[in-house]
Amino acid sequence: MSAVANTSAVEVIGASKIFNEGTANQVDALLDVNLTIAPGEFVSLIGPSGCGKSTLLRLIANLLEPTQGEISVNGKTSAQARLDQDYGMAFQQAGLFDWRTVSKNIELPLELKGWDKKKRAVRAAEMLELVKLQDFGNMFPWQLSGGMQQRVAIARALAAHPPLLLMDEPFGALDEMTREYMQGELLRICEETSTTVVFVTHSIPEAVYLSNRVVVMSPRPGRILEIIPVNLGSKRSELTRAADGFFRSITSVREALRGTHADHVASTAIRGVEDR
Amino acid sequence: MKTLERFKKIATPFVFGVVFLGLWEGSVNGFDLKPYFLAAPSKIMEQFLNNTTRIWEATAVSGSNALIGLCLGTIFGIAMSFILSRFRFLNELVTPLAISLNAIPIFVLVAVLNNMYSITSEVPRRFMVTLVVYFIILVNVARGLTQVSSIQVELMRSYAASEFAILRKVRVPNAIPYLFTALKVAAPASVITAFVSEYFGGLQNGLGSRITSNIANSKNAAAWAYVLGACLLGLAFYTVSIILEGLTRKGQSK
Repeated sequence: MSAVANTSAVEVIGASKIFNEGTANQVDALLDVNLTIAPGEFVSLIGPSGCGKSTLLRLIANLLEPTQGEISVNGKTSAQARLDQDYGMAFQQAGLFDWRTVSKNIELPLELKGWDKKKRAVRAAEMLELVKLQDFGNMFPWQLSGGMQQRVAIARALAAHPPLLLMDEPFGALDEMTREYMQGELLRICEETSTTVVFVTHSIPEAVYLSNRVVVMSPRPGRILEIIPVNLGSKRSELTRAADGFFRSITSVREALRGTHADHVASTAIRGVEDR
Repeated sequence: MKTLERFKKIATPFVFGVVFLGLWEGSVNGFDLKPYFLAAPSKIMEQFLNNTTRIWEATAVSGSNALIGLCLGTIFGIAMSFILSRFRFLNELVTPLAISLNAIPIFVLVAVLNNMYSITSEVPRRFMVTLVVYFIILVNVARGLTQVSSIQVELMRSYAASEFAILRKVRVPNAIPYLFTALKVAAPASVITAFVSEYFGGLQNGLGSRITSNIANSKNAAAWAYVLGACLLGLAFYTVSIILEGLTRKGQSK
């Protein structure tokens, strides 16, 4: 940790993203976004649909290029960070490969890094243990439940031990019970591996429970409205969900989001129903 | 319980077949239908058993035409689908054409092809089968190579994977079930095309031409015996394509 303490895990400076610029379909997805994330930090991006949170995540991942501004990851350009596999990624759908076993799915990023077979198998076994799926390595993805598939996806994202994990609503398709269990597991895994996380979500309690800071965004164009620190300590448990601080943080995030909603309704009165 | 289920599954169509043949035989005898109108199954079987060598020879000719065309069409179809998936503008150009060609009976082209080659050549038929198979394989495999999960492609990009790595690890495995679905359609189609091609002249050595010549000579039962040979050949092709599919599905079927 101390070796990289001087470098931010993620640094976004004045980033804007405009899709279909200059055409009738122009969408101002992001406008002048500034965000610095320290190593080991857990930061959630929250906001109504169309606020550009997924776009921001893809800019950090270098899956999209910003129209303006600069993005660095681990002190490198985001493009270089992608080439060096400095981050792992997980999506709402697990996106596992049906024709590969669970172990082979986890090994995929390592194959692309050119690791030899033996080293890959050892790491895959380690990762399976981390996500508590030791006995499922030889199974195929469709033989697992949704929550288990998502755990495999997280194991795959972390297989190369990247310092940064980018997650786009990874628990969005899970039921509430599984979701809370997975949140606990994610915190445990990130603590064990001291991984920095950028986490896109629609759920206020999820954002608060997981994060050190919650970034509240507003739509059209996507801007950062407020960054709310969550002071719940570093060690969180099921008790955290009943703590006063938890509810206080939920309230402040909700109020910040309401601001975006009111603005949004005022600016697009007819289409206000769209973002409940 | 399980064996009973399995027995039922096999017995039902078998019983239906036997009843159907019985009714056929019965109505030919009962209504005294003339052999040039409809031959009785017993007569057809007699013809089949008396002519096994000739039927086998004709089947070998049509079968090898179908097989050669099937193999060539599959190879060219796969090769072209790779080219199409690499160059999107070509895909947009060729795919609608290929799909519409699949919908029309292009094997009638064999009449034109017969004119282009000598009368003793097998080439027009093989070429025709190749063409029919080619478009079936092309459309399906190209679909398998391009219609991949966007998340899987995004994931590969996040691993800084090259286009070639994405092809090898995502597109090709994704296209394999599409290939076997196409083969299940293409295998019977290759047999049908090989027969029907023979109706348009050329060499008179395959099943299709034997059927037409026997009908021309009012040897109805003999014609049916060759039809039976044609059915068996078509079934053989289809069965092999299903077995091949089963082999690749091992361990990953849903």
